[in-house]
Amino acid sequence: MSDVIEKILFYMEYPFVRYALVAGILIALCSSLLGVTLVLKRFSFIGDGLSHVAFGAMAVATVFKLANDTLLIMPITVIAAVLLLRTGQNTKLKGDAAIAMLSVGALAIGYLVLNLFSTSANITGDVCSTLFGSTSILTLTVKEVWLCVIMSVVVIAFYCLFYNRIFAVTFDENFTKAIGKNVTVYNLMIAIITAVIIVLAMNLVGSLLISALIIFPALSAMRMIANFKGVVIASTIISVMCTLIGMIVSIVFSTPVGSTIVAADIVVFFLCCIIGRICGGNTA
Amino acid sequence: MAYISCNNLMLGYAGKKIVFNLSFQVRKGDYLCIVGENGIGKSTLVKTLLHLQEPLGGTIDIDDGLMPYEIGYLPQQTIIQKDFPASAWEIVLSGTLSKCGRKLFYGEREKEIARKNMEKMDIWQVRHKCYRNLSGGQQQRILLARALCATSKLLLLDEPVSGLDPKVTADFYNLVKELNEEGISVIMVSHDIQAIDYASHILHIEKKNSFFGTREEYLQSNKCKLFQNAEAVNYE
Repeated sequence: MSDVIEKILFYMEYPFVRYALVAGILIALCSSLLGVTLVLKRFSFIGDGLSHVAFGAMAVATVFKLANDTLLIMPITVIAAVLLLRTGQNTKLKGDAAIAMLSVGALAIGYLVLNLFSTSANITGDVCSTLFGSTSILTLTVKEVWLCVIMSVVVIAFYCLFYNRIFAVTFDENFTKAIGKNVTVYNLMIAIITAVIIVLAMNLVGSLLISALIIFPALSAMRMIANFKGVVIASTIISVMCTLIGMIVSIVFSTPVGSTIVAADIVVFFLCCIIGRICGGNTA
Repeated sequence: MAYISCNNLMLGYAGKKIVFNLSFQVRKGDYLCIVGENGIGKSTLVKTLLHLQEPLGGTIDIDDGLMPYEIGYLPQQTIIQKDFPASAWEIVLSGTLSKCGRKLFYGEREKEIARKNMEKMDIWQVRHKCYRNLSGGQQQRILLARALCATSKLLLLDEPVSGLDPKVTADFYNLVKELNEEGISVIMVSHDIQAIDYASHILHIEKKNSFFGTREEYLQSNKCKLFQNAEAVNYE
């Protein structure tokens, strides 16, 4: 046991490990905050669709050898998010199909572009690390960590300040519209923030596993708790804990970061299911 | 003076006109029941009255001290709400959002309004319970309390009793009638023939010749008989 702790302390000496932990915790916090709203609004798949769009954008950025690819990926993902929410409002089926189309389309085009134009010797390795994150969280620069911190503060501030309105929009859009609140603006803000978080989270878990970060903590919290505020708080705690445990385990046993975090999320989800059952089918 | 007067309203969506020449008024203390076949345009009328969409023609005048957005709306339940983790208190409190203006958080005044309305609806004791675990009747009373938080003048109920059993339905109608007798105007959309008994006025929507008048006038008209016959056929 003391070996493991020693090993952790040894790794903590390195600044890049500390950066990774800070960025990881912040990303986990933001994604779980938004996850509750997305899951309840039946928008779970938007996270998945957007992450594929971000992958496509990243492929294009790689081909053009942009110095700072976030500058390209961020706007494209935000635009995709806004468009997706637009179509989602008309009818349910259309939104569903639109997301599926966009998500596989972006994935295919991204891979195609990479294969056709990339000069890199190891395309499969590149693709794999974008899809599953692998080590990119450990190669963050100070600048990227600061970007992550600023974005997280903005997201958390927005969520806290507009908490009551976000609840109203999530629970009953039509009622909120009927009492004269501008629902479109809040939906738009939620879409933009989702896109921002997804682009940030790509570094942590890779684009294929982002949905897990958004969905699992919210669903776990909902197994146990029966009021909105409780679910939001519990899901952020679960998410941060899982990410922390996942990252430490991955460092100590040198497993891939993204999939270890998701594995931790899955374990916690089943634990929460069992706790919810024992406590009488989540009647609070 | 009427809260709402509609003149020659033309309703529809996506450029398709579905109802023509709709004229009616709702005054203080009125209880208007809106009936009509499925798909005739009842929901479209509700959305138009709530400013969720624009009428294709005609005018809606709001008067007698009723502010825009001061209609207490009780919507039909959505799939999202069926398993939503929210306590009764959180839901009712969200009804006071219209009174917050630019304020971001609920103050003592809003909490007081929510508490009063929950006590009135007899759901104060379940305020910490989760919405999805309550009975259908309790859920409707929570949504009614939320609507009352947004208004003290006019309630708009959209098919409030669908899915409730007969006893709970009768209780709910009596509750709404009590509110009406306290001076709150009520507009209720329903396909339930029983709802007519409680109303003071009836609006029977048809494509071109909609009927609007008092309940007595309606009971003597041909439209009522047609409606009742149609209901009878449906039940067989």
